[in-house]
Amino acid sequence: MAAAAAGAGSGPWAAQEKQFPPALLSFFIYNPRFGPREGQEENKILFYHPNEVEKNEKIRNVGLCEAIVQFTRTFSPSKPAKSLHTQKNRQFFNEPEENFWMVMSKDGKPVIEYQEEELLDKVYSSVLRQCYSMYKLFNGTFLKAMEDGGVKLLKERLEKFFHRYLQTLHLQSCDLLDIFGGISFFPLDKMTYLKIQSFINRMEESLNIVKYTAFLYNDQLIWSGLEQDDMRILYKYLTTSLFPRHIEPELAGRDSPIRAEMPGNLQHYGRFLTGPLNLNDPDAKCRFPKIFVNTDDTYEELHLIVYKAMSAAVCFMIDASVHPTLDFCRRLDSIVGPQLTVLASDICEQFNINKRMSGSEKEPQFKFIYFNHMNLAEKSTVHMRKTPSVSLTSVHPDLMKILGDINSDFTRVDEDEEIIVKAMSDYWVVGKKSDRRELYVILNQKNANLIEVNEEVKKLCATQFNNIFFLD
Amino acid sequence: MGEEDYYLELCERPVQFEKANPVNCVFFDEANKQVFAVRSGGATGVVVKGPDDRNPISFRMDDKGEVKCIKFSLENKILAVQRTSKTVDFCNFIPDNSQLEYTQECKTKNANILGFCWTSSTEIVFITDQGIEFYQVLPEKRSLKLLKSHNLNVNWYMYCPESAVILLSTTVLENVLQPFHFRAGTMSKLPKFEIELPAAPKSTKPSLSERDIAMATIYGQLYVLFLRHHSRTSNSTGAEVVLYHLPREGACKKMHILKLNRTGKFALNVVDNLVVVHHQDTETSVIFDIKLRGEFDGSVTFHHPVLPARSIQPYQIPITGPAAVTSQSPVPCKLYSSSWIVFQPDIIISASQGYLWNLQVKLEPIVNLLPDKGRLMDFLLQRKECKMVILSVCSQMLSESDRASLPVIATVFDKLNHEYKKYLDAEQSYAMAVEAGQSRSSPLLKRPVRTQAVLDQSDVYTHVLSAFVEKKMPHKFVIAVLMEYIRSLNQFQIAVQHYLHELVIKTLVQHNLFYMLHQFLQYHVLSDSKPLACLLLSLESFYPPAHQLSLDMLKRLSTANDEIVEVLLSKHQVLAALRFIRGIGGHDNISARKFLDAAKQTEDNMLFYTIFRFFEQRNQRLRGSPNFTPGEHCEEHVAFFKQIFGDQALMRPTTF
Repeated sequence: MAAAAAGAGSGPWAAQEKQFPPALLSFFIYNPRFGPREGQEENKILFYHPNEVEKNEKIRNVGLCEAIVQFTRTFSPSKPAKSLHTQKNRQFFNEPEENFWMVMSKDGKPVIEYQEEELLDKVYSSVLRQCYSMYKLFNGTFLKAMEDGGVKLLKERLEKFFHRYLQTLHLQSCDLLDIFGGISFFPLDKMTYLKIQSFINRMEESLNIVKYTAFLYNDQLIWSGLEQDDMRILYKYLTTSLFPRHIEPELAGRDSPIRAEMPGNLQHYGRFLTGPLNLNDPDAKCRFPKIFVNTDDTYEELHLIVYKAMSAAVCFMIDASVHPTLDFCRRLDSIVGPQLTVLASDICEQFNINKRMSGSEKEPQFKFIYFNHMNLAEKSTVHMRKTPSVSLTSVHPDLMKILGDINSDFTRVDEDEEIIVKAMSDYWVVGKKSDRRELYVILNQKNANLIEVNEEVKKLCATQFNNIFFLD
Repeated sequence: MGEEDYYLELCERPVQFEKANPVNCVFFDEANKQVFAVRSGGATGVVVKGPDDRNPISFRMDDKGEVKCIKFSLENKILAVQRTSKTVDFCNFIPDNSQLEYTQECKTKNANILGFCWTSSTEIVFITDQGIEFYQVLPEKRSLKLLKSHNLNVNWYMYCPESAVILLSTTVLENVLQPFHFRAGTMSKLPKFEIELPAAPKSTKPSLSERDIAMATIYGQLYVLFLRHHSRTSNSTGAEVVLYHLPREGACKKMHILKLNRTGKFALNVVDNLVVVHHQDTETSVIFDIKLRGEFDGSVTFHHPVLPARSIQPYQIPITGPAAVTSQSPVPCKLYSSSWIVFQPDIIISASQGYLWNLQVKLEPIVNLLPDKGRLMDFLLQRKECKMVILSVCSQMLSESDRASLPVIATVFDKLNHEYKKYLDAEQSYAMAVEAGQSRSSPLLKRPVRTQAVLDQSDVYTHVLSAFVEKKMPHKFVIAVLMEYIRSLNQFQIAVQHYLHELVIKTLVQHNLFYMLHQFLQYHVLSDSKPLACLLLSLESFYPPAHQLSLDMLKRLSTANDEIVEVLLSKHQVLAALRFIRGIGGHDNISARKFLDAAKQTEDNMLFYTIFRFFEQRNQRLRGSPNFTPGEHCEEHVAFFKQIFGDQALMRPTTF
């Protein structure tokens, strides 16, 4: 892959060079209520990966987990075990819906390093929770499947979803960012932002069946009509799965013969990322992925239409009871396409102006990761490019682990704090937490002392975060 | 045709005068807009009525022959009466001046006076068939002094009092017009110009008739309006009005052509900068607005009527006097009567009925006659009394039944704000000029006039938006409209008032759309202000992130450091508050008591210790002693500290 090669060239380390990439040993979902009596244990298992495992072993493993959870519950009724470390493996437990348990286990090859692998614990617990969120986004809750078609339907859905999804799970490339599950926002001036608002409102008005809209540029979010939690997982899907899949045709260029075949599109660069590929084909299928949002509340089922022009992508979400026809798609294309094309070049232009105004950015002496729990905004200069298969970081994995440790420390206390760590080979790692915001800075300064490092971080905050209330 | 359809009306209170009849002659003076009713040559009385003065001027004068023309000078100082073709008689109406008549004969021999015009209270112009003579009247001496004269053959003349320009028709075809401009004792000759006459059948001699020419000021510029009965160029047989722009300096230029698309008898008025063309045959009128976009062919702009032709609103003649009985119904007035005479700009006189009306444009009916909202706004924004109508158009386009689409709403907002911004800019450059002290040196500097077309945020908020958000409209639409207005203001670089932001927040909060609110704030769409920050603080219990948003905003304001400290202290974040105030270098001026109080409330002894120690150190640094002064009122905290940590824990003064 071209991007990966380029990234590896400029960064000193890439994640895939790790010596022991953790592998997924098993992944299963069960509900102890479905087989409470002896002899019925198999009924508890709703999904088991790998499926080739012998039935009795499945039952044994599920039984063990059940027992561990039950046992730990006696000590902490509200917070039963989250993970279990053994010589051979490591297991993570999650109960996303009442009595439905998801368990993930990965190989636990003995780690020679001295650090307690707390980071990885939190990372994998987050990955497990993400698995459920992603399932729920495309399938709704377990309970809903039960209501719709009983255990049979639930099992079918789980099988269909996880069979594919687990293949895309690359545990070795998970890190701090998976804990945050943040959203990268596109920096934009007020006027351009208002233009986008205006565009979205007009589109929702003219395509009157649209219920929610989300707008992204350069894989970064600008607007979400969805609630935060739904957007968080949809964003994850878009940026790690849907968009990367469509990079190829984009790289092929606008003047490629693929485009020339679509005479209807000559005035604009808009195209569907979900739904019909060719609007001129009368037999084109207008099938859009279904997503489920607000599952705690109104439980809405929606069609997800993703439409893109140049670097701007819009997600139109329409009620699932309405079936978008080819005519609708053509209308959407003719209304949205030209306007989105203009808007995309406006954004690009404005972005370049702003970048020029903020001055030529020299390669700074530091790398940082920023996350705000309140709006899920994340920013990382550590990660070069996040794709589903590789997380390309520009720092040594050991430093990433230190970041994880600091994060664990932050989680334990409520108050604001600051931690400064001197790492190997002239590296300093600084973690700051202020009113639900976290900042991690990695500095590489020869012979720097604590005071100098502190000054550097202050400077960084003053330049990068001067418009928020971030205590020094 | 419903009543709401008529967009032209005669004024409610006409000037009423005695009907013209063999013994009563009626004259109209365009300069003072006065009607003179002269009975029996003045012997049995002259009654002068103007539009503004409700008290008519009455006097008698000797009947010295048939009156051809009678006019007061400006401010009714001197009366001029023309009775012969060679002379004009004068009579002073100034107190303490002799009221004996005096006479002036025209200077040019063998010339006949066609008429005269007052250009000020004491300056008068005689127009003769051989030229013009400009005089100053010396009332106390009861004589006139010739200031200037000019010889040329004159067919007829026309006077525009607003711009003090007299137009003389010369040449055989009468179509070469020579304008003169008068100002404070001077007479200046402007470049003459020729009116292109339409091709006429060979049998008749083409000529320019006085009846087909009018002069009027439109949008501050003087125009000569020529009613051309047959189009010169196009094949259409319809008549048209050609507008020649007559600038103060430079040559007259043909600028606009108003297409009438009909033939017959026409009359012109100019009302509120609109050209009104009355058509007698159909008894309807049309209006033209030369500021609205027309078809430009490279030199002239062609305009079509703004609205479909309509009659002037039917008018009932009010019954006055002792004859008026309640049971008697008012008499409908015959409109477009052949006895009507129109004068510029907006006067219609019925000499036979004894009425003088001002023509008026009604804006409300136009709202429904002009479906294109953008064009409607362009039209309304140029009108004098437009404010309430525009506001009602705005309310209407946001109402459930007549809801306009967002692009249309955006266009309307953009047009309003364009006008608003123009005014703000003018105001600002005026303020800057005043500040720079140019007001004394430059008499041209005038404070910009705020017309009704300037609709600011408070107008739109009060009359449109605040009522709109109260209606049961889909919240998506409400928010879209508010954002569209804010977008438009931003586009014109107008600072958005915080009450608009509050309206957005209120609407979002009402519908629990906190995440949307969060995103708006994240992109600084809702501008930072202290009131907004306080509003956010109050939302914390519904939406916890509001606290962070509020603090961020206070920080960006950089004038709200005290507020930040208060917020942090109220959250028992004493250390954070102290670190913040130290970070901005304000820790020498803060009240120790306030912080110690807050620290004590946390019931965290170590925190209290830290804070206490901080202030001891401050005392040491500022005053050379760690002790608190009585003025700081920290005695109870010192006692508390001693009680918890003991006397020995107090900081000892450092001695050098």
